[in-house]
Amino acid sequence: MSNFITSSLGKKVILSLSGLFLIMFLLVHLTANLFLLGGSDAFNIATHFMDTNPVIQIIQSILALGFIIHILYALIIQFQNWRATPVKYKKKYQKESSSWSSRNMIWLGIFIFGFLFTHIINFFYVMKFGEMSSTIVHGEEMHDAYKLVVGLFTGGTLAYVYSGVYIVSFVALGLHLNHAFWSAFQTVGWSNDIWRKRLSVIGSLYALLISVGFTVIPIYFLFIK
Amino acid sequence: MKVKLKIWRQANAKAKGQFKNYELDDIQDEMSFLEMLDALNSKLIKEGENPVAFENDCREGICGTCGLFINGRPHGPGEQIATCQLHMRLFKDGETIVIEPWRAGGFPIIKDLVTDRNAYDKIMQAGGFVSVNIGGTPDSNAVLISKEHADEAMDAASCIGCGACAAICKNSSAMLFIAAKVSQLALLPQGKVEASKRAKRMVAVMDELGFGNCSNTGACEAECPKGISLAHIARLNREFLKANIKS
Repeated sequence: MSNFITSSLGKKVILSLSGLFLIMFLLVHLTANLFLLGGSDAFNIATHFMDTNPVIQIIQSILALGFIIHILYALIIQFQNWRATPVKYKKKYQKESSSWSSRNMIWLGIFIFGFLFTHIINFFYVMKFGEMSSTIVHGEEMHDAYKLVVGLFTGGTLAYVYSGVYIVSFVALGLHLNHAFWSAFQTVGWSNDIWRKRLSVIGSLYALLISVGFTVIPIYFLFIK
Repeated sequence: MKVKLKIWRQANAKAKGQFKNYELDDIQDEMSFLEMLDALNSKLIKEGENPVAFENDCREGICGTCGLFINGRPHGPGEQIATCQLHMRLFKDGETIVIEPWRAGGFPIIKDLVTDRNAYDKIMQAGGFVSVNIGGTPDSNAVLISKEHADEAMDAASCIGCGACAAICKNSSAMLFIAAKVSQLALLPQGKVEASKRAKRMVAVMDELGFGNCSNTGACEAECPKGISLAHIARLNREFLKANIKS
């Protein structure tokens, strides 16, 4: 087993599985977010459920671990890859042989990490440890998470800045996922000439869903609401 | 036609190399790329300069000895050909052609355009064989192999071990090479027995020799002179996982 963890393929399998776990998390996160479109009560109930359900609390810790493992292994693998290519070519033509996102996964990842940091400060930290106003929905008192989101994405120049940062980050996330999805399956061996095409299409659709799905929210509050 | 050449010159493994410019007239369209380099070397010898060192052997695309990074691509422009199968008609008159050696951690430069590709041999020695005693000639119908498997094994077997995969890979990963070898043997009954063990052993040696990790960009497949598919890498990954689950 120790050989597995230290081998190049073993590390990649860990990176893939943690990535696939994060891919599932994004779907759950998106579902919860889309309650925002249903108005304040709908979103506050959804958030209250996520906040108080004991199963979700346990999964939250596993999720944090998933992020840490994914980032840590991505960095280890990347440093090894840089070491394996000590001298660069003077001229290298690679536009047609590989996709842009596949060559820039680490940079997209670092960008997304920067966003994650901002995002945690904006929402997660405030919800868990900050002071939040309360609201009463169907006779139950709960955090007014809806107000927090509205506060960030509406009114003033800062709302435009935040919306811009969020939208650009979702584009980066979409590009990252576009390569990640198929790549994760390939690494665990679930691919061949036929499945590669299928998985690439599913991956692109998934990346688009995540990218557009999350982008809808700042746009909705900024221009429609 | 006339060509301008920008060639990497390096006296030995430890020397600091640099690009040198050369100009050649009277190059014919039908000349192969290596014939053009031969013409350059004849000229350099006449002028008392050291000829450019480059590797070649069969000059018909099957031995995997030649391998130059030409104008930013392994084996130059043209699809699924080795350097020796490249012809001057694919270049424009007066074009500047940049020629570099393979640049990968696993392939150190020996001289000029010659790199040490023993790493691939070492990987082969770790598991690129079938270690069962096959005895006398078996009856041809005794072991049946499906057409699909035979075809796929043959595709994998077309790998000539030239090193283009690791050369183009942004991580200098040798995965496509190993995948071809593992796949070729794993698909056939004689090689199947040791398939997982073989994958594990070959990957271990690859890791030791300074090659990077595969990030599935697909550049290797696009530049492979034999068009080896990434599907073989998926099979290698499967065999490697199987080996680790078993142990």
